[in-house]
Amino acid sequence: METDVIVGLEVHCQLDTKSKLFCGCSTDYRSDGPNTHVCPICLGLPGAMPVLNKRAIEFAMRVAKALNCTVLHESEFSRKNYFYPDLDKAYQITQYDKPLAEGGYLEIEGDEGGEKRIRLTRIHVEEDPGRLVHMGNAERGKYSLVDYNRAGIPLIEIVSEPDMRSPKEARKFLNKLRATLEYLSVFDSDKEGSLRVDANISIRGSERVEVKNITSYKGVEKALTFEITRQKNVLRRGQKVERETRHFLEERGVTQSARSKEQEHDYRYFPEPDLRPLLVQSWVDGIVLPELPDARRERFMKEYNISLNHARTLTGDFKLANFFEKWAKRYKENKTQKIPKLEINQKPVLEITEQGTLFIYPSTWVADTLIGELNYREMGFDEILSGNFYEQFADLIGLIDEDKITDKSAIEVLRLMLDQRLKHETLETPAGIVARLNLIRTEGDTSTVTTAIEEAINGNPKALEDYRAGKAGALNFLVGQVMKKTIGKADPVELNRQLAEALKKREV
Amino acid sequence: MLSETSIVFEPDDKFNAFLTVCNRATHTGGKLAGVAVAIKDNISTRGIETTCASRILKGYVPPYDAHAVDLLRHAGAAIVGKTNMDEFGMGTTTENSAFGTTLNPHDTGRVPGGSSGGSAAAIAGGMVRMALGTDTGGSIRCPAAFCGIVGLKPSYGRVSRYGLIAYANSLEQIGPMGKTVSDVSTLMQVIAGYDCHDSTSHNKPYTHIPRADINGLKIGIPQEYFGAGVDPAVAAVVQSAIGRLEELGATTVPCSIPSMKYALAAYYVTCTCEASSNLARFDGVRYGPSADTKKPWHEAYQEVRRAGFGAEVRRRIMLGTFALSSGYYGKYYAKAQVARENVRKDFRRIFADVDVIAGPTMPTIAFRLGEKSDPLSMYLADILTVPANLADIPAISVPCGKAGGMPVGLQIMGRHFEDERVIDVAYAYEQAVV
Amino acid sequence: MVSEKDVQHIAELADIGISSGELGTFTHQFNEILEYFDTLDTVKGDAAATRDLYNVMREDETEPSLPQEEVLRNAAAQEDGFIKAPRVM
Repeated sequence: METDVIVGLEVHCQLDTKSKLFCGCSTDYRSDGPNTHVCPICLGLPGAMPVLNKRAIEFAMRVAKALNCTVLHESEFSRKNYFYPDLDKAYQITQYDKPLAEGGYLEIEGDEGGEKRIRLTRIHVEEDPGRLVHMGNAERGKYSLVDYNRAGIPLIEIVSEPDMRSPKEARKFLNKLRATLEYLSVFDSDKEGSLRVDANISIRGSERVEVKNITSYKGVEKALTFEITRQKNVLRRGQKVERETRHFLEERGVTQSARSKEQEHDYRYFPEPDLRPLLVQSWVDGIVLPELPDARRERFMKEYNISLNHARTLTGDFKLANFFEKWAKRYKENKTQKIPKLEINQKPVLEITEQGTLFIYPSTWVADTLIGELNYREMGFDEILSGNFYEQFADLIGLIDEDKITDKSAIEVLRLMLDQRLKHETLETPAGIVARLNLIRTEGDTSTVTTAIEEAINGNPKALEDYRAGKAGALNFLVGQVMKKTIGKADPVELNRQLAEALKKREV
Repeated sequence: MLSETSIVFEPDDKFNAFLTVCNRATHTGGKLAGVAVAIKDNISTRGIETTCASRILKGYVPPYDAHAVDLLRHAGAAIVGKTNMDEFGMGTTTENSAFGTTLNPHDTGRVPGGSSGGSAAAIAGGMVRMALGTDTGGSIRCPAAFCGIVGLKPSYGRVSRYGLIAYANSLEQIGPMGKTVSDVSTLMQVIAGYDCHDSTSHNKPYTHIPRADINGLKIGIPQEYFGAGVDPAVAAVVQSAIGRLEELGATTVPCSIPSMKYALAAYYVTCTCEASSNLARFDGVRYGPSADTKKPWHEAYQEVRRAGFGAEVRRRIMLGTFALSSGYYGKYYAKAQVARENVRKDFRRIFADVDVIAGPTMPTIAFRLGEKSDPLSMYLADILTVPANLADIPAISVPCGKAGGMPVGLQIMGRHFEDERVIDVAYAYEQAVV
Repeated sequence: MVSEKDVQHIAELADIGISSGELGTFTHQFNEILEYFDTLDTVKGDAAATRDLYNVMREDETEPSLPQEEVLRNAAAQEDGFIKAPRVM
């Protein structure tokens, strides 16, 4: 890890309110046409005036409390003045010198192991601008198309101190922040464009570069990696890193200088005269925080007896954590119903106590296998959280426990279950799929039984003699021996027949 | 569904008071059923072109009504047209209109005052009895004084600003203008009150019927309102009017407003800063004459704004931009807010001893057309009206005689939210000289 | 004192066009007015300690938006429901 890399992040997240920050337009604009979620206020028509959405402030305060920030006694909104086609009032209503909260921190898994605390500078609330689409080409002429549906959506901006030391730490910070906001039910990361990041990077002793326009989680690590390499190359060539703003171009994975294209920004901040200040510090005490990622991780390790790594993965996403708990509950219910006595079963599930503390949950199936299959299909948890997928997935793992299917078959079934959901086909239950594809194990798995039969006969010559002598118990005895070897998988009737046949063949 | 009828409105507008006339104005029943009301053209009216007397809004038809207009419609008023004004409210004479100036009905060689000159001329010219104006630094009271009609700047926060195309948010109010104090009071009954769409709006409805009894009233007479810079003939007419009030039972108390020294500078810094931000949205993209989408955006915007804004508007935008720019906020805007608070403190101090303050509305009678060509000398004419805006207090202008053949206005100012008392004093005077 | 160059810069910051012919007059007027503004230099005191209203907020409820045609009605140019604007780059 490079200790000479210094990274700070400014993260903008859309708050999951029903209406926009300053007007009653619905925030659910993504599946509708352009300019259909717009009113005089968010369109910035002359004469329209903003009215603050209380829930946006409540949400922001939840975040401030969860991140250990200090909520200011008095905060206010300011105008940030600049020209851009997606900014219809030519100013953004934001918070400048009196933000909602200051300070705070977020703990992440440091690159060198152990917990690392990333300090925060401040948290504030502001409105999102509209969305610009660049059109045209050099011959026909370039122009812009603007959709103001997004204008006025509430954003929370979280600014970190430059405490990160690598792209990996930045990614971890972002993931932890995202998860925390989801646990607080103020943010939905599955919504496209709901998160935007600006990064500040410098190599110790050199100028700081701002990289804007990072819109994906993966993009953050890519952008930072590229930029660090670029800066190091500049220094290696004996040149100076220029203090500037650069844009991240996601498809090419590079950052590009923005300074020549834009006017130098003098934002001419002043307090928004159409709004009144906030005195909301007293609200903090009344905020009851839900269980947050770290606490849930600890609880998962205790309650589900799973490893730190699995717990970290499973609690790193709110929806995934919820899915796991629903699945685990169902899995345990199935288990306790079907297999009260576990002497004959030599799988590692040994004992169930009342607290379930020694109950072993095959969490690998969720933390590794399921996630892998979802990622491969680029499916989010939304698609499997609704409905009864968790029940069916628990049932599927139960089938493995009951030795009805092999691990390999189970994966096949899982893939089918996911594909059916992905392609909106008719959904089948795991048992249904198993039956249809005849994946049921071992009644037909003659080779294992045949081997066991041979071993039983060869290993018990006296039984063979007895059988030849016509003694009645000999066959039963041998059946029992084969059952022991195949751990009860063989069908008794069928086994009798096969054993009899094998014995006949031995008759000399 | 209320039944709708309409009135016919075909005024002989010799004075260029109107920018838009609604010849068939529909109306419902209510307190103002069928009463013709004119609306200043910086107040949004659904379906009726609203230009702020600027080329940059030519053709703009708002899809919504200002709250005050909504209230008027519900009260049965017939919206008969949009009146001329100084472009975006920036001016004291209505000469800054992009669509020609309005003439003063008392003397068409003179200005009607501004920026609500069109509304004042419509009333003084006998075309309507009532109109809405707006007052940022005197824009209702000045034309009321120059045209010999009544105009009230309400207490800040008493009338919703939702739909008023903003010039200086922290200073302006929509207010009633009329032939008589009763007209103004009736209009105020309809438009005052809380609006959830205006976050600066107070819950202070106005239900008052004017009363002429001012026995025992204490009136403050500020020395700054009768000093150098006020035309002696105007001062004399106003002194005489105040004498009339004393005959009605009021007593006068001399007082002083030292913070007036900074009032004009505080006013112009505040309004130009706010205006520079409010007017930045006019770029020809969403409304108004179009930007050339084949050009790069800064070039396109500058083109639209140079062609669309008059010189005074561009001047004030640049002044405001400068005053807010990096490094200057502390020197100008922040200082202006201190000066403003000093003005408020002065008024509070005076109002501990008196009930209202009286003086001339304007330092002179209406100027001749083209007389005030220098911006700074124009700004100085606002000296007697801006303090009320800085202090958020109500202020009315009522006609009190003539000087040099032209109307003179008596200005009454009161405590914040005591609009009723200010109306009563004006009413008492008006009834006494009728 | 501001120079013509300063005034030109402010005009760019405000995206206001002023012609070369206007520049001289504007600068002169500017300086006159700014000199008047300088009276504020000697102001003493504090801005208002408290405001008239605090915590003015509304409930998180949706209200109908404008129909798309209304949004586009005043726009000079539009394409497929988007509003057309000059290019940014």
